[in-house]
Amino acid sequence: MGGCGAAIIPGMTDRPLKVLIAKPGLDGHDRGAKVLARGLRDEGFEVVYTGLRQTPEMIVTAALQEDVDVVGLSILSGAHMTLLPRICSLLHERGMDDVLVAAGGIIPDEDVPALKEAGVAAIFGPGTTIAQVADFLRANARPRE
Amino acid sequence: MPTPARGSSTTPGAPDAEALCDAALAGDRRALARLLTAVENRTPLAEMALRRLYPLAGRAQLVGVTGPPGAGKSTLVAALIAELRRAGRPVAVVAVDPSSPITGGAVLGDRVRMQAYAADDGVFIRSMASRGHSGGLSAATTAAAAVFDAVGFDIVLIETVGTGQSEVEVAAAADTTVVVEAPEMGDEVQAIKAGLLEVADVIVVNKGDRPGAHRTAGQLHAMLADAPRDARPGRPSPKRPEVLVTTAATGEGVAELLAAIDRHRSTVRGSDGETSRLKRAEAQVWAVLVDRLHARVRALEGAEEVPAAGLSAAIPSPRVSAAGGLLRSVASHEIDPYAAADAILARLVGDAPGSREARK
Ligand code: B12
Ligand SMILES: Nc1nc2c(ncn2[C@@H]2O[C@H](COP(=O)(O)OP(=O)(O)OP(=O)(O)O)[C@@H](O)[C@H]2O)c(=O)[nH]1
Ligand SMILES: [Mg+2]
Repeated sequence: MGGCGAAIIPGMTDRPLKVLIAKPGLDGHDRGAKVLARGLRDEGFEVVYTGLRQTPEMIVTAALQEDVDVVGLSILSGAHMTLLPRICSLLHERGMDDVLVAAGGIIPDEDVPALKEAGVAAIFGPGTTIAQVADFLRANARPRE
Repeated sequence: MPTPARGSSTTPGAPDAEALCDAALAGDRRALARLLTAVENRTPLAEMALRRLYPLAGRAQLVGVTGPPGAGKSTLVAALIAELRRAGRPVAVVAVDPSSPITGGAVLGDRVRMQAYAADDGVFIRSMASRGHSGGLSAATTAAAAVFDAVGFDIVLIETVGTGQSEVEVAAAADTTVVVEAPEMGDEVQAIKAGLLEVADVIVVNKGDRPGAHRTAGQLHAMLADAPRDARPGRPSPKRPEVLVTTAATGEGVAELLAAIDRHRSTVRGSDGETSRLKRAEAQVWAVLVDRLHARVRALEGAEEVPAAGLSAAIPSPRVSAAGGLLRSVASHEIDPYAAADAILARLVGDAPGSREARK
């Protein structure tokens, strides 16, 4: 996965995993999202970056149109308890239960159980390395056909 | 990791392909997205789907938007979407960004400027990584455009960074190629790459709000007027692109751009268009041929070791494995690449034309 392995002949490698990195809500902290986008690219992922100030509807439409394997949400504003569950339920409504949802940013430990309950598979806080995220996504994203 | 042999499983995907096509044709956007993934990955499912969808396509207008990094292509595409939606026309976008040749990864960031249409079913935006295979870009974008076309999008905008190869490939895939330039202070026309001008049907000088935009457009006009008008034998006749100034950020000049694209399209519909349609068909068939050939060479790589006598007298070693072994022999300079290619061809088709024609 993740485009590893040198191919002698083009077309031989596996298809890279496709990840959406989005910033929900009115949160201007995009450093982490950008670090993650570039870091995952360097790990061989295809990363669609949607930019700042995304509504849950925008994020879910992008995930659907791009047919991503992973939706990655970066949120440091404190609004995660309303925005993340809303995104998860919209994904469910639109039949995307097979898409892995991961989140990161400033999310207090006590909020984690409720977010997992809502459908966020994992939450990564400050200091997370790209390798940790990449390994988690490779291990948990839906298998490619 | 090994890829599952793609050629070997054609039947299992069949019901999937039918169901996905039915759903996509009925307006299911998730099914459409899935089909696009299959097309991008060139899976057996994509092949079956395209057999069904290709005859339904052929009406959409394919517009390539290319130009140097940061010229404002995505902003302009977003402005074109707005213009098209005002006219009630459904629009699909394929936005291509380069893959890293080292890791195979990519950051696809064009969407950032086009996110305003989340709730509008008449807009569908899809990012694609170029994935580096030669000829693959136009094959993938043409196939994606055929899928969009079949499900009812009558205009497909294809954005790609003008880096030399990609704009030529996109020009091959598109009916109309729009080259976007943006003047920086002090920039002169010379900075505009020759390759870009050669593929342009319409030239846009964007960032019209910046000083120098109109001067650049004027220089381009003059430059194009100086170019020789007569087609030299054996060469395609030089294009006569219109030059326009836009400010994508405000939408200024974008209606005029859309009109120019539509004008170009009506000329392309005539006999000129025949040539471009043939070129596109050639690129598609060629890409499939190359794919098929790759698959068969890969199958050879998995094959048993075979006696060298069965390959070619040019190969010195007593026993040579299939393609993999040949590559190793070329790497160690035991045989030359031509002999290796001929040997592989001979194993595939029982004959190596190169060995008879090229070497007499
Ligand atoms: C830099 C910074 C800013 C910069 C942002 C620059 C930018 N363009 O990003 C500026 C100065 C603009 C800023 C402004 C503000 N900030 Co500020 N800011 C920070 C600070 C110091 C660091 C954030 C950062 O960039 N970290 C570096 C990146 C690489 O780390 P990261 O984002 O955490 O990402 C990592 C992980 O979290 C994880 N990750 C993140 N996202 C994702 C997503 C996925 C899918 C995965 C898997 C992993 C993952 O991986 C990344 C790599 O390790 C933090 C404090 C802190 N220690 O976090 C406060 C902080 C985030 N800011 C805060 C606040 C309050 C603000 C302001 C409201 C302050 C104000 N009163 O003016 C404004 C609001 C701005 C806005 N419009 O939203 C608070 C938020 C409090 C809260 N959530 O309850 C914090 C926590 C400071 C604090 N302790 O109070 N800020
Ligand atoms: N002043 C001005 N800035 C513009 C205009 N159009 C785009 N920009 C800015 O130019 C920058 C690049 O715009 P994009 O639309 O991302 O350019 P692009 O050509 O798609 O870039 P790549 O896809 O990265 O090659 C952004 O900061 C835009 O806001 C314009 O008409 N005027
Ligand atoms: Mg762009």
